[in-house]
Amino acid sequence: MTSDTIEPESITITINGEEYEREVEPRRLLSDFIREDVGLTGTHVGCEHGACGTCNVLMDGQTVRSCLTFAVQADGAEIETVESLGTVDDMHPIQEAFHENHGLQCGFCTPGMLLSTKELLEENPDPDREAIKEALGANVCRCTGYAPIIESVEAAAERIQAPAEAEGEELSTAGDD
Amino acid sequence: MSKSDRTPDDIAEKRNKPPAEETEDGEFEVIGKNIDRVENPRLLTGRGEYIDDVQLANMGHAAVLRSPHAHARIVDIDTSEAEQLDGVDLVLTGEEAAEKTGPLPTFSSPPVEQYCIAKDRVRHVGEAVVAVVADDRYVAEDALERIDVEYEQLPAVTDAREALESEGEEVLHPDREDGHDSNVYLQNTFTAGDPDDEFADADVVVSRELRWPRSGGQPMETVGAVAEYDEGTGKFTIHANTSMYNYMGWLIATTLGVSTNKINIVPKIAGGSFGSKLFAHKVSTLAATLAREAGRPVKFIEDRVDNITSCDNHGSDRYYRPAELALDEDGTMRALRIDVLDDYGAYFQFEVGHHGNAMAQVTGPYTIESIDYSVTAVATNKSQQGAYRGFGSEVQNFVLERLIDAAADELEMDPVELRRENFIQPEEFPYKIPSGNMYDSGDYEAVLEETLELANYEEWREKQADAREDGRHIGIGVVTCQERSVFSSTEFWFWNDDPDFPITSSPESASVKIDETGQAIVTLHSPFWGNSPETVATQIVAEELAMDPENIEVNYADTDSGLKGTGPGGSRYTVMVSGALEGATSQIQEKMFTIAADMLEAAQEDLELEEGEIRVRGAPDKSVGIPEIAMQAHAFELDMPDGVGSGLAADHTYDHPYTTMPDEDREDMGVFYPIMGHMCHIPVIEVDVETGKIEFLDYTAVHDCGTVVNPETLKGHITGGTAQGIGTALYEEYQYQPDGQLPTDNYHDYPLPTFHDVPDDYTIGHVETPSPWTEYGIKGGGEGGRMGAPPAIAAAIEDALEPYDVSIDELPVTPKRVRELIRTDEE
Ligand code: FES
Ligand code: FES
Repeated sequence: MTSDTIEPESITITINGEEYEREVEPRRLLSDFIREDVGLTGTHVGCEHGACGTCNVLMDGQTVRSCLTFAVQADGAEIETVESLGTVDDMHPIQEAFHENHGLQCGFCTPGMLLSTKELLEENPDPDREAIKEALGANVCRCTGYAPIIESVEAAAERIQAPAEAEGEELSTAGDD
Repeated sequence: MSKSDRTPDDIAEKRNKPPAEETEDGEFEVIGKNIDRVENPRLLTGRGEYIDDVQLANMGHAAVLRSPHAHARIVDIDTSEAEQLDGVDLVLTGEEAAEKTGPLPTFSSPPVEQYCIAKDRVRHVGEAVVAVVADDRYVAEDALERIDVEYEQLPAVTDAREALESEGEEVLHPDREDGHDSNVYLQNTFTAGDPDDEFADADVVVSRELRWPRSGGQPMETVGAVAEYDEGTGKFTIHANTSMYNYMGWLIATTLGVSTNKINIVPKIAGGSFGSKLFAHKVSTLAATLAREAGRPVKFIEDRVDNITSCDNHGSDRYYRPAELALDEDGTMRALRIDVLDDYGAYFQFEVGHHGNAMAQVTGPYTIESIDYSVTAVATNKSQQGAYRGFGSEVQNFVLERLIDAAADELEMDPVELRRENFIQPEEFPYKIPSGNMYDSGDYEAVLEETLELANYEEWREKQADAREDGRHIGIGVVTCQERSVFSSTEFWFWNDDPDFPITSSPESASVKIDETGQAIVTLHSPFWGNSPETVATQIVAEELAMDPENIEVNYADTDSGLKGTGPGGSRYTVMVSGALEGATSQIQEKMFTIAADMLEAAQEDLELEEGEIRVRGAPDKSVGIPEIAMQAHAFELDMPDGVGSGLAADHTYDHPYTTMPDEDREDMGVFYPIMGHMCHIPVIEVDVETGKIEFLDYTAVHDCGTVVNPETLKGHITGGTAQGIGTALYEEYQYQPDGQLPTDNYHDYPLPTFHDVPDDYTIGHVETPSPWTEYGIKGGGEGGRMGAPPAIAAAIEDALEPYDVSIDELPVTPKRVRELIRTDEE
């Protein structure tokens, strides 16, 4: 028997606040590490060649394509995935805004969109349409036609800035960091 | 009475119900409201379970070695080195797979044979040649690199026009039964009325050689399957994201050589389809074949290149040689003549169903009485055609609307007025078109008026004139198109004079159970593929049983428990599942009334169902809630009247409300797609003539989908479909090279529209003319955006470039193409 595998390396990655220490082959993709080794399947893979943004996660606060990042490159980093936002009963304001503005259909591109939105709003809490298109421009959605996503991001910015006024409903900020 | 003379009343009588218009039009409580989309919370929080999220104990992972050649004989395959690799479990060639797994199902007749792994010969780049199962996907892909395949190249044919002349080694399927040693799969002509006379007598004939390029649905999730084989019971379980699992899933058993009760297909939510996962049987069959051979569960998830080169979901690929419209001087449309050559690629799964589909609305919303439609389908060394949003009828919309714009030009008439003058009028419905199909209802004038107004059409015309003076090129397109909805399967085969399997059923089922505490569990028999089936089901059940949507749970049957369901496709699902749910809930209602009458000691006629309880009319304190009725039904049989029986559940299988058989001699194709939606699209664009770039200034779309169930989700279909139509019109194409290579097999080279390429704001309107034949008057609306945008954008570009003498006959109109057109005119 033969093998093409290369000696595994030991790495430690913090994902959504939890520390994971694992032995991985240097070629192992961060997306596979997150989805298979850790079992967080909210991160999706659309193209596996860096062209769609479906697999975006936050690495030390910046979005990265987890399909183009090796797990070993994330050694020592803090990763946030969609699971770090809210839960079904307690959604993050960005999730609530997507929910109310119909910013998704099949939901496959959605985790990447949500995390890119989070990155944008942390840098620019009140983005105009051009800034939204610029920030999300490398994320592809095949279902919505994008306009509903732009509206969702605008609504998310409003919710985060003035939570009490948005929608006039009681709002949860749990899941927000 | 012949079936095709039926009226809405006859249909209603058959269904034993009054036509929708006369029932509760406008009186709905929940239908028509924007209830929260039920599917969203789990999808937003990363908790939706898609196919790649399925993990089974001891599961192996598959990868597929694909053909680098467009056409070749497989001479020899050496898998020995791959088998040596640590962690590799199974290396399977097409020949080995075919020992147990037979050819894939096909509508083609005589059949064009196709296997989940090619044997003997490959017919397009990307066709599967060897499959590997290993402990993980990395090792499986390592193994692929150690496989040696010796090919003997054959000449490749990638131009449909050349395929007409193919001979000898160029013929893809020389062994096809009654294969006439050519690459022509099927050729047939349909005529109705007097097209020859009409063309001879007409004042004007416009003729265009139109070209529709090959593109595809390209959902963000590829196709996948996880299969297990239980050696003890001999039963397969296949988890999959295929769509028609309760319609055609049983055929997978036939392919695997087992009886149909030996497979259970378990649906997973799909990350989009747009038609591309309609069948997708090849992937499930492959995973099941590998699981049986490897003796362990196997996951196979296509990567993007697998999907683009070989998932058999490419859309129409047509040359019109030409398309012609005959008119009178005053603009009256008289006859349509179409000679279309369609490149079906290497296999022929849906036969020319796409042209069956086009026949459903071949004459659009106009009173054209004569047609002559000739279709020639050829085999080439490309991936085969599948379904893509519109399934061929979107191309017909493009063709017809382009011809009408050409006619307006020739007759020097206003293109809007030319359309308006030829509209079928509201009082003419039901209206039979020359193909035999019937249109149920519509008000085309109303849709047009609403769109012109919402779009500020006159104002834009003024702005356009001003801009032109400043040397800017603004263009406005107006199209009025049909969206046929709710197909009958006859469209798959009626072009064939001798079909093998002339199927006529296309039903949908629903099951509803009210449990002991009054909660509803709804089971659908078709999957989620990005649409909103759970939301629709919740709204219908809430409407019928006066329940709070919070108390309704929706799930999906597998094939073991499934009833007949055809699934989303052809803009049918909302209409059909609503019919099924209405049927199931009315049985439940009846039983609830019987029980409540007994509990309240009142006559059933005096009872009403409102707000989650059954009350005595006029005596609001005499009431009993659904939970109490439910508990009675489940737990207190002896307290109920004799013969009522325990339980509170019902199934209903709803057949298509109105279809008929085609004539034996195909003089008339019958009624096969009668629930007729309609739309008007008005894009306003600006062309930069220096760079060829096109920018959207405005986009208005008004659709008539009959009664709207949920305005927000319908709007999402329209904007999403329109974005795909923009992709088709401006960017997308699978560009096969003459040698059959496909450089656009990835997302860097295949340009999907992004945030920057589509309008960031749409004006969407609805006109509602309820269908008299469906429950609640609903018509389909899932595909409309992509059925209207391409001709509308082509018209807008042509309008913008009026100062140049160009005509937009070919898509996609990339910036390069715009520059070429302008340059040609300038020379
Ligand atoms: S999946 Fe990573 S960019 Fe497409
Ligand atoms: S919601 Fe389906 S791809 Fe964006």
